[in-house]
Amino acid sequence: MRGWTLGAACAAVLALLPGYVQAQARTDLVVGMQLEPPNLDPTASAAAAIAEVTLVNLYEALTRIDADGKVGPGLAKGWTVSDDQTTYTFTLRDTAKFHNGKPATSADVTFTLDRARAADSTNPQKAWFKAIADVQAPDPKTVVVTLSQPDGLFLFHMGLGAAVIMSAETQPTNKQAPVGTGPFKFERWIAGDRVILVRNPDYDGPKPALERVSFRFIADPAAQVSSILAGDVDTVPQFNTFEALPQFQNNPRFRVMTGVGEGETLLSTNNARKPFDDVRVRRALAHAIDRKTLIDGAMSGLATPIGSHFAPNRPEYVDLTNVYPYDVNKARALLAEAGYPQGFEVTLRLPPPIYARRSGELIAAMLAEAGVRVRIENLEWAQWLEKVFRGKDFDLSIVAHTEALDIEIYSRPDYYFGYKSDRFNALSAELERTLDPAKRKELYGSMQRMLAEDAVNGFLFQLPIVTVENAKLAGMWKNRPYQVNDVTGVRWQ
Amino acid sequence: MIAFLSRRLLTLAVTAWLATLLVFTILNVLPGDPALLMLGTEARPDTLAALRTQMGLDQPAVVRYLRWVAGMLTGDFGVSYTYARPVGALILERLAVTLPLAGFALVLSTLIALPLGLYAAARHERAGDWAVMAFGQVGIAVPSFWFAILLILGFAVQLGWFAAGGFPGWQGGAGPAVKALVLPAVALALPEAAILARVTRSAVLDTLREDYVRTARAKGVSAWALMVRHVLPNALIPISTVLGLQFAFLVAGAVVVENVFTLPGLGRLVYQAISQRDLIVVQGVVVLLAVLVVAVNFLVDVAYAVIDPRPRVET
Repeated sequence: MRGWTLGAACAAVLALLPGYVQAQARTDLVVGMQLEPPNLDPTASAAAAIAEVTLVNLYEALTRIDADGKVGPGLAKGWTVSDDQTTYTFTLRDTAKFHNGKPATSADVTFTLDRARAADSTNPQKAWFKAIADVQAPDPKTVVVTLSQPDGLFLFHMGLGAAVIMSAETQPTNKQAPVGTGPFKFERWIAGDRVILVRNPDYDGPKPALERVSFRFIADPAAQVSSILAGDVDTVPQFNTFEALPQFQNNPRFRVMTGVGEGETLLSTNNARKPFDDVRVRRALAHAIDRKTLIDGAMSGLATPIGSHFAPNRPEYVDLTNVYPYDVNKARALLAEAGYPQGFEVTLRLPPPIYARRSGELIAAMLAEAGVRVRIENLEWAQWLEKVFRGKDFDLSIVAHTEALDIEIYSRPDYYFGYKSDRFNALSAELERTLDPAKRKELYGSMQRMLAEDAVNGFLFQLPIVTVENAKLAGMWKNRPYQVNDVTGVRWQ
Repeated sequence: MIAFLSRRLLTLAVTAWLATLLVFTILNVLPGDPALLMLGTEARPDTLAALRTQMGLDQPAVVRYLRWVAGMLTGDFGVSYTYARPVGALILERLAVTLPLAGFALVLSTLIALPLGLYAAARHERAGDWAVMAFGQVGIAVPSFWFAILLILGFAVQLGWFAAGGFPGWQGGAGPAVKALVLPAVALALPEAAILARVTRSAVLDTLREDYVRTARAKGVSAWALMVRHVLPNALIPISTVLGLQFAFLVAGAVVVENVFTLPGLGRLVYQAISQRDLIVVQGVVVLLAVLVVAVNFLVDVAYAVIDPRPRVET
């Protein structure tokens, strides 16, 4: 009898608990990511995971880019641009402070920019800083940056991970114990498991609703799925086990958001190597690819087809998916015209991501229909970077180019596509000098058309950004215009 | 005894040296530049050169090898390229997960296997024996990573008794940490227990045929006392050999199970380090594992000497 009473009392207490928990909204968040950042300094390494934990949350840059890709104030509350568009005068937030209590001043900005452009700089995006001719700090809250020539993307780049502002004092230790000026500060890194950020009580801007954010690193796809199902993880902003989506879509506990990111997924083609130096061969490949079947088969129908190298959600985008419609007979005819009536044999070197491996199988089958026999070779990232990207030792490859607004890569002389076009280079140079949005849009349009017409690469699809999360969560971004997981506006309902 | 031990110690040293040579050569032949991997696709030649100098990669391979080995002799395993932390500290942090996990699994598999093996031997060719043998077959056939997924689905997703993975660290107290290791240890222990149960069964059966067992029976020793006092101690030699070998398998198996349960152990460290071409970390871990396996076998050899006096006499 006594046991029964005790049991009943326990049951009553337990029954009350969930109600108590629900009474006040949660203030903690667990974000699931696939890859662990190697360190927490986005100016030290190109790994996207570093910015995905720290950018906007922990570190701030001069500018801040919103969910639509628009540039707004960051650590700099405002700026003026000279008429010749080469001198930028930034005004920093008056009360901005680093997490160690020191005020954030123009000296820190000078240090950051000078370090990034120095001769011995190891900044992964050093090219963004190449136009900077001089950086001056006339007073503690003013920074004057002089460019050697106008740079249309300067303010955009100054909002990305490799441009975050750090102080000279903490820079050497930021890889392990990052100190920034953002609304969250670093608490702990349990290596191999999670990074924990906590709300910065001294932040001088709007305070986030969350008190504590953990970024958990779960590489195994099955483990990622079960950790969401078990409630260990609240949101996974880049979920890529697409075949597991139905169990979340059909469950009211979860929300699935499908957005677009910056990843133009290409059938990268070595334009410098036979037979791809012949535009007819490249056009034949374009006609041989059925994007709809590819997207349904490899991406569970979630990706958006593209016809050139540009993100479909941007205002400058031009739909060029019908320049070379799917037509196997046309592909065969073009190959015959180019001198390959019997087709030819090529190697397709694939990096590890699942989109590449799956698309590779389907592309090989599609090209076979047109008479192109494809041999697939799977590589690790390190091998891919060395052989394909740096060594240019490849026929075809499949990879998503995830840098934001990166169409200028086609004008680089040594880029691995091996594409050379003086007309394109002229357009790209003009774009770099142009700041007027309408003129830039026009130039972007011409560049997209040119790449599509030259069929430089097989333009496959824009990588989807799929978020799977607890349905009670609000404020995670649907689209991803650059590499970031902005949790400053996230809250529980 | 001393000559026996010193010969074993020499083997240990030579194995460790061979391991350093092998792992260094293989990793340096492997394509993939650690600096390029860190800086990514936007890297420029000047930044790459600056980083390679910073990382010491511009030195000739022989110099790098000698520096690395000399450093290890003084306890300095070098600094990780990607994590920018001392490799020794990184490894220690991860060993604090992998060693307890492997140890936990070893104890668990022994606790399951010894009674099962003894029981099967005592019930030789009867239903109990067949049942244990069947468990052994299934246990060996089922891969631990698949069993791990079943455990997660059952105990984490359905019942919610355990987290589906992750590790809270030892700082928060032993309770939560041990709890996080329960499912992984069970997943790891089951196949090992299956093997060990079969070995125990056959070792006990062999011992049961010995003359002194018949003598003991004739003296009227009870079945229980016979097993515990006369049979088990003599069956322990083959069992401890297998246990020693299994420890190496447990550490290797931990790599796979750690990935399924996302435990920050040595396995995950080396897996990440290989894909990030953090060569100095991979080198350190491989050498450490080689030493660990040789050292465990050394301990098993010493254990023989304790259990069975014959090897001592031979030398």
